[in-house]
Amino acid sequence: MSDYNFAYLDEQTKRMIRRAILKGLAIPGYQVPFASREMPMPYGWGTGGVQVSAAVLCPEDTLKVIDQGADDTTNAVSIRRFFERTAQIAVTTATADATVIQTRHRIPEEPLRDGQILVYQVPIPEPLRFLEPRESETRKMHALEEYGLMHVKLYEDISRHGHIATAYAYPVKVADRYVMDPSPIPKFDNPKMEMAAIQLFGAGREQRIYALPPFTRVVSLDFEDHPFVASKADHPCGLCGAQDSYLDEVIVDDAGGRMFVCSDTDYCAGRQVDGHRGSDNKEYAA
Amino acid sequence: MYVAVKGGERAIDNAHAWLAEERRGDLAVPELTTAQIREQMTLAVNRVMAEGSLYDPDLAALAIKQARGDLIEAIFLIRAYRTTLPRFGSSLPVDTGAMACDRRISATFKDLPGGQVLGPTFDYTHRLLDFMLAADGDVPAAPEMPVDPAPVPHVMSFLNSEGLIAQETCDGTPAPDLTRAPLELPAARALRLQALTRGDEGFVLGMAYSTQRGYARNHAFVGELRIGTVPVEMEIPELGISIEIGEITLTECETVNQFTGSKTEPAQFTRGYGLVFGQTERKAISMALVDRALRWEELGEDDQGAPAQDAEFVLYHCDNIQATGFLEHIKLPHYVDFQSELELVRKLRRDATGQGAE
Repeated sequence: MSDYNFAYLDEQTKRMIRRAILKGLAIPGYQVPFASREMPMPYGWGTGGVQVSAAVLCPEDTLKVIDQGADDTTNAVSIRRFFERTAQIAVTTATADATVIQTRHRIPEEPLRDGQILVYQVPIPEPLRFLEPRESETRKMHALEEYGLMHVKLYEDISRHGHIATAYAYPVKVADRYVMDPSPIPKFDNPKMEMAAIQLFGAGREQRIYALPPFTRVVSLDFEDHPFVASKADHPCGLCGAQDSYLDEVIVDDAGGRMFVCSDTDYCAGRQVDGHRGSDNKEYAA
Repeated sequence: MYVAVKGGERAIDNAHAWLAEERRGDLAVPELTTAQIREQMTLAVNRVMAEGSLYDPDLAALAIKQARGDLIEAIFLIRAYRTTLPRFGSSLPVDTGAMACDRRISATFKDLPGGQVLGPTFDYTHRLLDFMLAADGDVPAAPEMPVDPAPVPHVMSFLNSEGLIAQETCDGTPAPDLTRAPLELPAARALRLQALTRGDEGFVLGMAYSTQRGYARNHAFVGELRIGTVPVEMEIPELGISIEIGEITLTECETVNQFTGSKTEPAQFTRGYGLVFGQTERKAISMALVDRALRWEELGEDDQGAPAQDAEFVLYHCDNIQATGFLEHIKLPHYVDFQSELELVRKLRRDATGQGAE
């Protein structure tokens, strides 16, 4: 791979992406069109996130890549290896040790700090897309701050189901201006988005980048009488006993047996090292 | 007992090794060479070059071999490779009127200057499996005749001289580059053609076919279909002259479609245009039909709400690399999102059955 530039992309392309990132940071929540490149991994598999990461990575950075909260999921492994090969940078699974974290579908449980960058992989950047399929229309709606359609959708959910029927990719309003898709993170993660780290969102196939500067106001859309609730499975983690983390449900036998475990594997492992045990963790029980 | 799943890295390595073994197939059968693919799977090579947007038969053959014959996967390999190539500049427009034609047919005139040349076409073959090919038989040489040095002018130029077909003029705007700037709408015709020429053959064919069946019907005659080689020239600023940097095979299709006009404006035929790398005539004809359908607005036609008239629909969905990537990404784990929906559905069901309302 020595024929490729640091982090794969050539410097001109990285500059183009950095300009888009800076514009995104200047207008939080606004989707900046950028000339997404064809990457050596498929569209829909994190090409937007990979391009954003490639544009922000420096040789001294330490990279963490997660998918579904886990470092060892196959696509996270694949992307981490891509940067190991093309950028020869240090990688880690420890949230605290990483300077750049690329993620798909989760925000780490451990609060991020100043100096860290969280890069999201985004499939459909347009929060209004499934209400209006035309890009030419949705751009107009954002320009005019015309978000009535979204509120009607949420209202119709409530009238039909009694609840807002969106469990992930739950729309947010950013800095009192743009409605933004937080990428398909569970709505449990939405409140974490007001954080100390820089958050960058890359959608490769859709050719859009958007961003949140640290501590930008991010409000999940709701109604006074139906306030937003960040929900998760009502269990503690079976391995580390955490009450506050997002859980995956794992089917353990064919008799309906199941257990709940932290989706954030680094968080869960860290708690177990600290001596925390969940009720299903017999092997390691102290 | 359950422990968090580990081993993604080893699984990937093993999968790659297995894939390489499957690609090679039975070791008792000689390995396919890229030269064989380049010479004997030419139309596959052409499709990969066209949709990969990179004119290099050797690389396309390599990609087909590596992709085990999956052409979309081969196109993907080429696209990913071409991203890394430096841009030296733009060539001058190729002069397809000066093409050295292997094939040139017109459906609108029985005979015409330059003649009708069938060339190496499947058109009038009977689609009977040729079992002789299964036995390794030599191919008898095709009959030859000297090349007619006379020019082969575009059929459209004959119609043009009578003013019967709408003249397309170049307004001097530099052509945009779809691979260097994000697609923004409305897209000018040059950009639409660029997207179509690298668009998926099947998608463009389906769109074109839909226009023939009445979804924005605009009856097309193949005014001309020509396949052959053209020189590619580039202006070298340091030299102040243009030099020939190579030769490429192209397929060009110009359709003659129904007319516009009014009581005050004389009726004129209109054009659809297709131009594709290599011998790729199904694609070029399809492209011309879709191009024509997309021109409804500038030609003052009605929006019939047909898919092929909808530039946003066509341009956003014609790229098979974008489409296949996004389609196949649903194989990736989605259990975090699925979990959140599980919780939600369980809650909605509890509420509906009146148990344990919050």
